[in-house]
Amino acid sequence: MTMLDAKIPNGPIEKKWSEYQATCALVNAANRKKMTVIVIGSGLAGGGAAAALGELGYHVKLFCFHDSTRRAHSVAAQGGVNAAKNYQNDGDNVYRMFYDAIKGGDYRSREANVYRMAELSVRLIDTCVAQGVPFAREYGGSLGNRSFGGVQVERTFYAQGQTGQQLLMGTNSAIARQVKAGRIERFSRHEMLDLVVKNGRAIGVIVRDAITGEIERHAAHAVVLGTGGYAKIYYLSTMAMGCNATAAWKAHKRGAFLANPSFVQVHPTSLPALGKHQSKLTLMSESLRNDGRIWVPAKSGDDRSPEKIPDSERDYYLERKYPAFGNLTPRDIAARAAKEQIDAGHGVGPMRNAVFLDFRDAIAQHGREIIQSRYGNLFGMYQKITGIDAYVTPMLIAPSPHFTMGGLWVDYELMTTIEGLYACGECNFADHGSNRLGANSLLQACVDGYFILPSTIGNFLSGRIKEPLYSTDDPEFDQAESKAREDIQKLLSIKGRQSVDYFHRTLGATLWDCCGISRSRESLNRGIEQIRDLREQFWSDVNITGGAYEPNSELEKATRVMDFLELGELMCIDALHREESCGAHFREEYQTKEGESLRNDEGFSYVSAWQHRAEGEPILHKEPLSFEAVNVMTRNYK
Amino acid sequence: MELNLRIWRQDGPDTPGQLVNYHLDNADPGMSFLEMLDAVNEQLINNGERVIEFDHDCREGICGSCGMVINGRPHGPAQGSSTCQLHMRSFQNGDQITIEPFRASAFPIIRDLKVDRSAFDRIIDSGGYISTNIAAAPEANSILISKDEASNAFDAAACIGCGACVASCKNASAALFTSAKVTHLVNLPQGKVERSTRVVQMVDQMDTEGFGACSFTEACEAVCPQQISVNHIAQMNWEYNRAKLGM
Ligand SMILES: Cc1cc2nc3c(=O)[nH]c(=O)nc-3n(C[C@H](O)[C@H](O)[C@H](O)COP(=O)(O)OP(=O)(O)OC[C@H]3O[C@@H](n4cnc5c(N)ncnc54)[C@H](O)[C@@H]3O)c2cc1C
Ligand code: SF4
Ligand code: FES
Repeated sequence: MTMLDAKIPNGPIEKKWSEYQATCALVNAANRKKMTVIVIGSGLAGGGAAAALGELGYHVKLFCFHDSTRRAHSVAAQGGVNAAKNYQNDGDNVYRMFYDAIKGGDYRSREANVYRMAELSVRLIDTCVAQGVPFAREYGGSLGNRSFGGVQVERTFYAQGQTGQQLLMGTNSAIARQVKAGRIERFSRHEMLDLVVKNGRAIGVIVRDAITGEIERHAAHAVVLGTGGYAKIYYLSTMAMGCNATAAWKAHKRGAFLANPSFVQVHPTSLPALGKHQSKLTLMSESLRNDGRIWVPAKSGDDRSPEKIPDSERDYYLERKYPAFGNLTPRDIAARAAKEQIDAGHGVGPMRNAVFLDFRDAIAQHGREIIQSRYGNLFGMYQKITGIDAYVTPMLIAPSPHFTMGGLWVDYELMTTIEGLYACGECNFADHGSNRLGANSLLQACVDGYFILPSTIGNFLSGRIKEPLYSTDDPEFDQAESKAREDIQKLLSIKGRQSVDYFHRTLGATLWDCCGISRSRESLNRGIEQIRDLREQFWSDVNITGGAYEPNSELEKATRVMDFLELGELMCIDALHREESCGAHFREEYQTKEGESLRNDEGFSYVSAWQHRAEGEPILHKEPLSFEAVNVMTRNYK
Repeated sequence: MELNLRIWRQDGPDTPGQLVNYHLDNADPGMSFLEMLDAVNEQLINNGERVIEFDHDCREGICGSCGMVINGRPHGPAQGSSTCQLHMRSFQNGDQITIEPFRASAFPIIRDLKVDRSAFDRIIDSGGYISTNIAAAPEANSILISKDEASNAFDAAACIGCGACVASCKNASAALFTSAKVTHLVNLPQGKVERSTRVVQMVDQMDTEGFGACSFTEACEAVCPQQISVNHIAQMNWEYNRAKLGM
């Protein structure tokens, strides 16, 4: 085990980033043109990085598995993006925003990064508006805000319930502009299958063209991953069907450490699974919690329709247990509280796996029109999926895996433990500790890509101006390409009895059970064993039809699930080693008498960063966390 | 519920395709349309056959990946829905359902129900943006935008780029898609600077890609999952004429 150095600049927290920028090395414009950067992922993080690097004049090769850069899963974010603009004059500023994120993350994130995220939030909104993002407005024409899960100020900017889509259209237009300028080469329907590393440095990638099936080699001076989160490992989640961990996992196997992989946020307000056919869970934005009230029948097994249950027989359990924050308690607390109610038999809906989110009182207070203007598209979406009118009947909601705080370990410059390999957005571990605050991850993805990487990559590349690109004929490329081809051949030759989806669903159910909303030594050990067995079964019994050199969506799924089957085990190992409860990581053995998390700062105030080994258990490295700008406290939302 | 499906199968852009019959006897009314296709594919896998290829990702109507013609109508019978938001409760037990890809010469078929919509990206590349540098933005509240302007821009910006408008159009015109971007930007003060060059470049690109001319049948609006209004096309035409006249 080593202690990791995050290369945090010296100086007071509010000066670190400007100090860094003032002193980091630069690449001049003439030289930038000669340097190639590969960016994997076209979401807010990767897409933003590609656009910003293109603007600087680098030659950017941008890859995504989608058929268009516009479809990255950032598109699905509903609620909004935070920024410390203090337009509402309600006492917000950069420090408060930083403090909220550190506290919300339960003191398991790195101060310097979080502060920088809050600091850059202010400029982000300027950038988005200039790109044409149609944020909500006040009557006078200024920008509108709302408050969002877990904070007491209004700092969230939003565009109806489609904030992610609108931000991504902004990013996508910035990409388009660089494509037209000839600085971004766009490779849609290309999936990264491996990273090429030579002498400890990232020199390129291996990708598969999803139409021809060809395996291609691409070389670069630096590689950026912006490949998103891995919550799809649970199969049922709010992630899109294609979300995967392959790029990050392959980088991990090539030497990049993976940090806090067990920190997974479960969102309290998704739609519940309604049957076995269910392929994904749709999120109902938690902005709904601003006006909706959450309750369950006080009597377990109460089958009356919700309208018939009088207030005196309803348990508004969040308002009861957390009077200061009520329905706006942070996600982890709200999700666990919902699970508690469901486990205690108070669950509602056809599978008794849900709680009510009720707008009766908000409609009575503000009128239907106001509620419609705030959440119209969410109510419409709910009706489309369930056939139920939520203006009349309370919504059914349930917890669902949603966001992965864990990810590739990066230093202050967003560089992984492989030189020249960067990770931005949800695929890194950086800013959310053990629990992410609502509306902070669009922010993180955007500032990583737009503002941070363009500086930090320059600092790295400035020392490499004279170095030519590595040739794609290098033996390292040969080796990585053969490995990718072998994996595919092996997968296709098994011709077993079960579909890829069967394995994905089984893995997901196992993880949800053993390494989900709450975990214990017993469940995690069981999880590890079950996942090992499942992995063995996969490699002897999976059935993939179709061939390698043609469009083959089953093969695409298989290469992703094959990596999930390895990552799942590491998630359990990480959760098992962390003998404390913090944020979204709730270990049943470590709780107070009242059932609240029991954090162990003496033993676990560090980031766990795992190193892969071809044989044997992964090696744990630690990045100790020290807090200078905040006092470490116990979270208290009562 | 039981379903009789006729699904378009085609190996590649240059091979002939045909409708093939499939039977599904255990569909659930609560299933989404794509989950129903998952079930068909599961049967195919069990028989060792290659699956039906189709694009999809978010399965919540926002990424624009999915899209097929269902019983002659892009995205199927529900109003204002993409294919992934359609549920089997919209169909009856025993129904025959015909499923085909979005057809247009500017959208070549890749395989089965998967088509190549990259022409849309090239239309955006041609000028569907505001030429602002990321770090060059003025303070956000220095640009005041009325609620109406913002909401008009939003209505247009809500386009998910699915291509149903093209598939529904007898001319395979991309006018609704293109106009949505044109009006999104021109409705905002910061988008007005480049209004003339933008509209001309985008309309020209649309023609270059081989999309047909708009003859205003309004079929596109009827199938658009985001209910983008054809008024945007009228505004685009006005903007185009304005630009051409040098106004
Ligand atoms: C339903 C939902 C609602 C949300 N709402 C909010 C919200 O209101 N506010 C908020 O702040 N956050 C929200 N989030 C979280 C936030 O949207 C994400 O964390 C963020 O958008 C992630 O952006 P990203 O750029 O890191 O990844 P993504 O947008 O997921 O992009 C990943 C990209 O990587 C590509 N890719 C992945 N793997 C490969 C590979 N192997 N090869 C090639 N390309 C690959 C994909 O094609 C894609 O382009 C929400 C998340 C979900 C799921
Ligand atoms: S205008 Fe409507 S139908 Fe056309 S691409 Fe956009 S969302 Fe799809
Ligand atoms: S799958 Fe995303 S819109 Fe249908």
